[in-house]
Amino acid sequence: MEDRFRELEKISQKSRRLIVEMTCAAKSGHPGGSLSAVEILASLYFRIMRVDPENPGWPDRDRFVLSKGHASPVLYSVLALRGYFPEEELMGFRKIDSMLQGHPDMKGTPGVDMSTGSLGQGLAVANGMAMAGKLDGKDYRVYVLLGDGEVQEGMVWEAAMAAAHYKLDNLTAFLDHNGLQIDGANSQVMGVEPLRDKWTAFGWNVIEIDGHSYGEIIDAADEARRVKGKPTIVIAKTIKGKGISYMENAVDWHGKAPSREQADAAIKELEVVCGE
Amino acid sequence: MSDGIATRDAYGKTLVSLGGENDKIVVLDADLSKSTKTVLFAEAFPERFFNMGIAEQNLIGMAAGLAASGKIPFASTFAMFASGRAFEPIRNSVAYPRLNVKIAATHAGLTVGEDGASHQCIEDIALMRAVPNMTVICPADGVETEAAVRAAAEYKGPVYIRLGRSKVPAVFDKESYAFEWGKGITVREGKDAAIIATGIMVPVAVDAAAELAECGINVRVIDIHTIKPIDRELIIRAARETGAIVTAEEHSIIGGLGSAVAEVLCESIPVPMKRIGVRDTFGESGTAEDLLEKYGLTAKNIVEEVKRLFGNKTGKK
Repeated sequence: MEDRFRELEKISQKSRRLIVEMTCAAKSGHPGGSLSAVEILASLYFRIMRVDPENPGWPDRDRFVLSKGHASPVLYSVLALRGYFPEEELMGFRKIDSMLQGHPDMKGTPGVDMSTGSLGQGLAVANGMAMAGKLDGKDYRVYVLLGDGEVQEGMVWEAAMAAAHYKLDNLTAFLDHNGLQIDGANSQVMGVEPLRDKWTAFGWNVIEIDGHSYGEIIDAADEARRVKGKPTIVIAKTIKGKGISYMENAVDWHGKAPSREQADAAIKELEVVCGE
Repeated sequence: MSDGIATRDAYGKTLVSLGGENDKIVVLDADLSKSTKTVLFAEAFPERFFNMGIAEQNLIGMAAGLAASGKIPFASTFAMFASGRAFEPIRNSVAYPRLNVKIAATHAGLTVGEDGASHQCIEDIALMRAVPNMTVICPADGVETEAAVRAAAEYKGPVYIRLGRSKVPAVFDKESYAFEWGKGITVREGKDAAIIATGIMVPVAVDAAAELAECGINVRVIDIHTIKPIDRELIIRAARETGAIVTAEEHSIIGGLGSAVAEVLCESIPVPMKRIGVRDTFGESGTAEDLLEKYGLTAKNIVEEVKRLFGNKTGKK
């Protein structure tokens, strides 16, 4: 680990611990696809995006749309770590009267820029945010995280076409390409490849990275900022369940909460990695 | 009643004046701008008009994103594709987060005409009023459309405005007309029965009332332009004072105005009622006039139903 990423690594490990704790406490939720996106979310909220947790509705802020809304645990954990709301709130996740809904609710949670959960809709909304920025001559950027199973939704491709047509170069999509969805591997359920060719054909600038490398995530965001006249998609190769040995690449952990014992084992592993 | 214009024409013209007054207004369409009349806005304010192509889900999603960033988007396509194809983006990306999106859906109902059943949306009121946070408006004529579109632009939250393709007679006078959010309008007073109508069926109800007056039956005519939230008070008063209600709408009898009125009456003041609408069947190709005739949406149909209810009420046959 390079020194310049040590702080991010600490945040990621805390985020992973919180994902495990909150899904365990909720007895439900989606740890697998949350864990695969930890480095992306940590990099976005702690390095890449211009945000002010004290002022979540700041009109000039960069926006983030979690189009794969079921990965709410990673978003909530990172928002709490960034200071949008107290960490204690995370233990209310998915419970009655909580501000942390199963899937993100922009009306209830500070820092959530769009309500999502029904797959396929986030990119279109991000388009609209990016378009509004252009109309207002603002320099904010819009980020959206898609799942790889999610791109099976037709609406994603409607939005992909529109983003390129309107040259939304202030829009950057990350594709969390962990290769798994509820019923199994993408390749078995409904093949999504070749992803690079598809997005290129739709008029996007495409970057392929290791989605767990802070350097590659940050460099990709920088490149996206420099590319003019087209939106950028960063296809981030990730490991579903990353960081918890028994969850890694295990399709069963898409939408299943760990038991207390499993959670304790997971946290032990994370402490070893962290050296704490 | 004088000759009028189609409500879609009134919509297109109103958008242009609104566009000049408020630069937050943006308009989106899905390759139907010449038909929905958003083309007028597109010509006047090209930088604030976005054609999405034939992609209604993205149309609504983008409108949601624009609204989330402070714009007031009007998204237009035919009622079939807005309420049908894009139902879920409307539900989850607009209504759930209560974003300030106006869905102005034209070519609603049978009077789409020759295009036939695939394009004749008779379910949109039912679909849209079932969604929490959604307001549903169905204006009767050009004057009411202009007022409704202006009110929708001022209101903060999702609105579904149902518009038609065909010319409709003018019911209201622009000088004296006042649109009140969620308040019906008593177009004609009467004590013997009440016809509660929406959209293009309002002028038809007015014709029916005139015909009934000649037979000595004095019928109240109520225009419910805002189907949700519905004007409970006005409906309950009509039921109390007339004791017989006929609803009329260019929509399925399932889930539309008739259902909404029945819900109010059943819970508060049950009185004999009859719903006039499309009776759980698809339409077909034909002229608007022929379709209204064939599917029972004429003044004659209303007159018959009122007479039947009134006869039952008074014991006269």
